[in-house]
Amino acid sequence: MKARPRYSGAIALLVALAVYIGIETLILTGALNLYWQQIINLAGIITISALGLNLIYGYTGQFSLGHAAFYGIGAYTAALVTRTIGGHNPAVLLLALAAGAVLSGFVALLIGLPILRLKSDYLGIATLGFGIIVKVLLDNSDTVVPAMGGSRGMSAIPKFTSFLWVFPLALVAVVVLRNIVWSGIGRALISVREDELAAEAVGIDSTRYKTLGFVIGCMYAGAAGGLYAHLFTFLHPSNFDFLKSIDVLLVVVLGGLGSISGTIVAAVAWTFLLEGLRIVLPPAVQDWRWVIYPLLLVIFMLARPGGIFAGTEFKFLRPHTTK
Amino acid sequence: MSYFLQQLINGLQLGFVYALIALGYTMVYGIVRLINFAHGDVFMVGAYFGFYALASWKLPWPLAIMAAMVGCGILGMVIERVAYRPLRSAPRISALITAMGVSLFLEYFTSLRFVFGPDYRAFPRPFAVTSFAVGGVAVSNIQLIVFAVSTILMVALTLFVNNTKTGLAMRAVSFDHNTSRLMGINVDWVISVTFGVGSALAGAGGVLYGIAYPQINPFMGVMPGLKAFVAAVLGGIGVIPGAMLGSLIMGVVETFTSAYISSTFRDAVAFGILILVLLVRPAGILGKPSREKV
Repeated sequence: MKARPRYSGAIALLVALAVYIGIETLILTGALNLYWQQIINLAGIITISALGLNLIYGYTGQFSLGHAAFYGIGAYTAALVTRTIGGHNPAVLLLALAAGAVLSGFVALLIGLPILRLKSDYLGIATLGFGIIVKVLLDNSDTVVPAMGGSRGMSAIPKFTSFLWVFPLALVAVVVLRNIVWSGIGRALISVREDELAAEAVGIDSTRYKTLGFVIGCMYAGAAGGLYAHLFTFLHPSNFDFLKSIDVLLVVVLGGLGSISGTIVAAVAWTFLLEGLRIVLPPAVQDWRWVIYPLLLVIFMLARPGGIFAGTEFKFLRPHTTK
Repeated sequence: MSYFLQQLINGLQLGFVYALIALGYTMVYGIVRLINFAHGDVFMVGAYFGFYALASWKLPWPLAIMAAMVGCGILGMVIERVAYRPLRSAPRISALITAMGVSLFLEYFTSLRFVFGPDYRAFPRPFAVTSFAVGGVAVSNIQLIVFAVSTILMVALTLFVNNTKTGLAMRAVSFDHNTSRLMGINVDWVISVTFGVGSALAGAGGVLYGIAYPQINPFMGVMPGLKAFVAAVLGGIGVIPGAMLGSLIMGVVETFTSAYISSTFRDAVAFGILILVLLVRPAGILGKPSREKV
């Protein structure tokens, strides 16, 4: 791989800062209404969650169809934290997100240790099963914790999530993931993806690294879920069902497995495409939105099976390499 | 005790319908290693074919089942030709995402007003329901028909796979595509037939489901599809008797959970058992454990 140009990281950060200030200005001046703010924030949240799945599936090669379960665990945990503490201080959000991420990671550790022994499709099915179990538990959660509302949904969550929070957190998520991927740990994760036996043969504890990748990826999902809870202020178990896991998987695959740049672009493009179709299509054919969307998906997959970025990265996300 | 037996019968009824879906999943997975998420929606289309055959064309129910089987068989082959064949050498995840896309497309396209429409429809009962008391347990003629039709189709499938030349070719292709091609087998055709046969079974399952649980809508295939797939994995994916066994277990477990615990937990128990079985026997109950080659 070509060495990245010097300063490209610094330039990228400056660009990110400019985008941040630019969009925030548009919001403050009222140029972007609440509807568009919500979509932008959602794109950021999906980016964070999808980055987590990319670490699990794209980099570590562990097929997970239960990502939405961890997203849901994070969302409900974070919502419970802010509702318990109360008050109007948005800084509580950080505590809530941390709690959501930690609990998601802890559950991922408990479930990951036994099931990560399974391979490829079987792991996918086991995680799918776990996702459905979590949804059933959420549906019945009100018998234990009345505040969680069970199948009636959890309401009265304070609205703390705003672009002011989402963008910097997404940026942190990108930088942290980039640093993981290009570190020794990242090399170990990728070697497990490429060939588990060969990785074991050169002394990499594959169970340990698979679990590590899974736990960190699920913590990403948990934090994203916490942001989601405080964006929409209402949670329902059906927001975290099997199809939501598929949505995140779509973003990761469309962007390109093992590409941070791809995940970012695909998450934003996917969110805007779904809403864009709503605006482009005349009201009479709104029903066609969900017919056109899967058609586009199939056509895209046929035309570009490797995803948008197919294993490459923006320059600023590559490491400095030696000559 | 009679309550127990009654629930067992009800569970078997559900299990037999799952089995008809699971067979298609397991055959397709066995031959192209693809989780065909659109399969549950082919099952839904089969139920609608049955609906129109019974309600509009006034066909007798055995002919309605056959019409659904032919229609779904063709649908399955078209899906394979258009969406999956171009991706056969692509990464497997691309095909999986495409399958998801086909699934969503079938659900939402058939929801359009001029296709099937988004509403629930009452499935016509082609005959009066009677039940027979056998040792304190009521068995309805619907259940007998479900048992009989599924058994006939499963026996026919087993004979087809084990005793015909095409069946032999299918088994060969599921071992190795390239070697089969060298033996003069038309691999594309065999895969096409596999999709056709699997989808036809799902079509029959759709009509039986409609007769047994008489309410249909374009999203009815999602959960039965997932559960039938899970049943196929439970029994050992790629293994035909495994799909039948797994489906019966799945149907019975689900019915017992509803009867003795709570119907809200039936999915959780079914999937919990799946995870436990996978942990103990990763290849499923009747599956052959695959050795890792170095």
